[in-house]
Amino acid sequence: MNIDIFGSLPLIVIWLALGAVGIVIQAFVRENTRLVFGYYVGTLAVTALLAIVTAGHKGYAFEGMITLGGYANYFDVLFCVTGMLTMFAARPYLQRENVELDEFYTLLVSSVAGMMLMAHANSLITLFIGIELMSLSFYVLTGFMRTNIRSVEAALKYFLLGAFSTGFLVYGMALVYGSTNSLQYDVISKVVLGGGVFFPALFVVGVTLLTVGLSFKIAAFPFHQWAPDVYEGAPTVVSAYMSTAGKAAAFSAFIPVFAALMPSGAVNGALSNLPLMVAIIAAITMLLGNITAIAQSNVKRMLAYSSIAHAGYMLIGIVTGGIAGQDAIVYYATVYTFMQMGAFVIVGLLERNNEHFLDMKDYAGLHHKQPVLAALMAMFMFALAGIPPFAGFFGKYLLFMTAIESGYTWLAIVGVVSSVISAYFYLGLIVRMYFQDPSGEPLTARPGLAGITLIVSSAAIILLGVFPQVLLNIFHSW
Amino acid sequence: MGTSALLLTLFIPLVGSLALLFINSDEKKALKITALVVSILTFIAALGMLPNFDRSTAAMQFSISQQWIPALDAGFRIGIDGTSLLLLLLTTFMMPIAILASWGPINKHEKLYYSLLLLLQFGMTGVFIALDTFLFYVFWELILIPMYFIIGVWGGKDKIYAAIKFFLYTLVGSLLMLVAIIWLGFFAQGLGAGFTTDLMKLKLIGPQIPLEYQIWLFLAFALSFMIKVPLFPLHTWLPDAHVQAPTAGSVILAAVLLKLGTYGLIRFNLELFPQSSAELAGPISILAVIGIVYGALVAMVQTDIKKLVAYSSVSHLGFVVLGIFSLTVEGVQGAVIQMVNHGLSTGMLFLCVGVLYDRRHTREISEYGGITKVMPHFAVLFAIAMFASVGLPGLNGFIGEYLTLVGAFTSPFLNSWAYAIVASTGVIFAACYLLWMFQRVMFGANDNPANHHLRDLNKIEYWQLVPIVIFIVWIGVQPRVFMDLSEKSVRAVVESVENVKGFSRTK
Repeated sequence: MNIDIFGSLPLIVIWLALGAVGIVIQAFVRENTRLVFGYYVGTLAVTALLAIVTAGHKGYAFEGMITLGGYANYFDVLFCVTGMLTMFAARPYLQRENVELDEFYTLLVSSVAGMMLMAHANSLITLFIGIELMSLSFYVLTGFMRTNIRSVEAALKYFLLGAFSTGFLVYGMALVYGSTNSLQYDVISKVVLGGGVFFPALFVVGVTLLTVGLSFKIAAFPFHQWAPDVYEGAPTVVSAYMSTAGKAAAFSAFIPVFAALMPSGAVNGALSNLPLMVAIIAAITMLLGNITAIAQSNVKRMLAYSSIAHAGYMLIGIVTGGIAGQDAIVYYATVYTFMQMGAFVIVGLLERNNEHFLDMKDYAGLHHKQPVLAALMAMFMFALAGIPPFAGFFGKYLLFMTAIESGYTWLAIVGVVSSVISAYFYLGLIVRMYFQDPSGEPLTARPGLAGITLIVSSAAIILLGVFPQVLLNIFHSW
Repeated sequence: MGTSALLLTLFIPLVGSLALLFINSDEKKALKITALVVSILTFIAALGMLPNFDRSTAAMQFSISQQWIPALDAGFRIGIDGTSLLLLLLTTFMMPIAILASWGPINKHEKLYYSLLLLLQFGMTGVFIALDTFLFYVFWELILIPMYFIIGVWGGKDKIYAAIKFFLYTLVGSLLMLVAIIWLGFFAQGLGAGFTTDLMKLKLIGPQIPLEYQIWLFLAFALSFMIKVPLFPLHTWLPDAHVQAPTAGSVILAAVLLKLGTYGLIRFNLELFPQSSAELAGPISILAVIGIVYGALVAMVQTDIKKLVAYSSVSHLGFVVLGIFSLTVEGVQGAVIQMVNHGLSTGMLFLCVGVLYDRRHTREISEYGGITKVMPHFAVLFAIAMFASVGLPGLNGFIGEYLTLVGAFTSPFLNSWAYAIVASTGVIFAACYLLWMFQRVMFGANDNPANHHLRDLNKIEYWQLVPIVIFIVWIGVQPRVFMDLSEKSVRAVVESVENVKGFSRTK
């Protein structure tokens, strides 16, 4: 048995912390959200630290079921940090909405564990377990406001559609297994390169179905319909979390799966069209997400559609593949996490009773009522629109660069056009906050712990925008 | 010494902009004075470059080349030649004036306002000195944010429409430029130079790009710049932005922001893509000439003084573009000096409109009449600005327009007298609409009771207008002093285009 204990430490620690200690704490210490909160924040911090320590330790473990080191560890850190930021934002939010229960934090950390498994997967089975763990946690988190009909509706919708998409995923995995005789990425890649695929036609169908399943998770066209409803109905902090970490996790799986199924240099007539197919999906996703976002009057829905569009941008990196494409996706996923998280957290701070103050109209004159929050929100909007010097710009630059490098100049132009479209609605919010006069009663927002999330996100956006090299160096050294 | 002066010119506004955030927003006086002091210090720093500036070379001076993002070869590469020096001086000179012009009219969110104004200056300075396409792009886009807020928060009635239009128009152009920048970098990689955004390297590579690609790159860059200039028919954002912006915003917009476009045409389009520049000189010049005449004719029928001045900008910038694409030394020199002139005279016209607006809160020409009687000192200064804009010999406007017309006349690339002849009607029209406007506003009977007791200029307003007058007269009488600065760099650009096309110097 090949078990690399040291390299697997991040995974082992989070699993033990969840499955062994966490359960015990919850069984014996009832109704102490503070303890549970602190315990899980600590867990995520330790896991992130271990992921950094073991980053240089590359290889396979558990009989080739998981990979260690490199990108997987980078994603570990990203998930843990996002998890912590969400927890900081969630505590004041849940307290205000009177639904703070221990289980929220448990579910959140279990979804982080699932994401880490997705990033570390070297086998389609491991990937499947990771995806399911993450998704099941998401379904429950979405419906966490049990008394709120919208939250429950969103959860049910998400669950049904999610289960359906899992069907595609498993079917795709089965067909890939059938035609390559293996579930392990590295073996599949060798088979494809060696031209030893048994049933090429079935293989192509399998890859397509896998793509469909993963596209659902990143909310790419045409499997994006669930996203706006789910993000709107879910508690705002959960939307923040799902639309950032959840998306990043799906991409962390997308990258190695595609590298295995379409290794560079493979000669396969039928598969050669796959990048083009993904490119078209990316183009439509970008345009559709941004155009639909223009028509939204609810801020959460607007951010949901914009998150669809951002998935489209990141797909560009999948199309082009290779190290450059990976770098671009990982960079963009990171900065996107901070931008989107920041924006959603502000929405969460301002909303009342889960239903009110979610309309674009409510943001009129926010600058007068909450100058700091308005300024931060404006910054997140500019960053999402991709205006330098904020980090979102550099992320897009990298993605467009890979597109042009690999001959997809038209895709870069579509990206550019959809960026212009997106500027319209991001600016729309700024217009309301700054250029319109305030209406309604004065507003109090006590950020509390969520302040940490906002500070970290805004600092990251500025620093990564001005010094992108910091992150690129990490990619290249890990 | 020169290098540190350049760095100071770039960074003092940024530091000032951040420092303002730490001042209590109720300390309005402190905010105003800090902003003014910062901008004056910047101007002094910019003047500090003059003694060390070598007029006898076309090379970039005070260059700094610092690694920034090694993975993409994007660097902090800056440096100036004569053209950028002139525009830097213009920027730093107009900024204190714009800040002074805001002291009275801006009376909400002062802290944010002055902070954004200085941030804007940081961005504009960066554009003029960047020698790296990536860095240039970052500065170019950075400008959008403060200008958007300046129009949107402190603007007039239709400010939201104007602000969004300004932002989206500019963004469309610049994002296509971004694609071109990346494409260019990869072309360099294809030649074995590695992916680069270093302008100095790209300058050598640009002419090697096959014409069928080069044209597209040229257009991607040019679109972005022409929107900014703005060249007919891409000008429609300008009147809206100008009319809705506060006075200082209009001044900066006219004096500096529009010059970013024409500067970009010289620095990037001419230098990087000489073949395409020669190839497309004709069509672009036609647009420029249309812009000259169209802008002038539309200006003539305006009833709003500010709009009139805004359309006159379209016309005047047409001369600049015509001069640039005449691709002759005279034409480009004329264009460069005309950029400075337009900045001074149109900036001053906007200040004068602001003076009137502060008193009456209207810009309708019909509301005025006989103002000379109540505001004699103002009348003199307004007249100087107006005549400078008309292009009266002895004031600065004349020399620029004269040279661009000479350039267009003799250009071997345009190879037709028609451009110059049609364009020169623009000069006549300019005299018509400006003199007519002046007559209706300043002369005649002062029969509107609201105008009977307008006070003449106050001290702050003198401080805005008089310094500009000094330069208007100085450039008018002694243009050589200023043109010497940019002569070598202009000559180098023009020669590079001529070499590619195989024209020999006519003189």
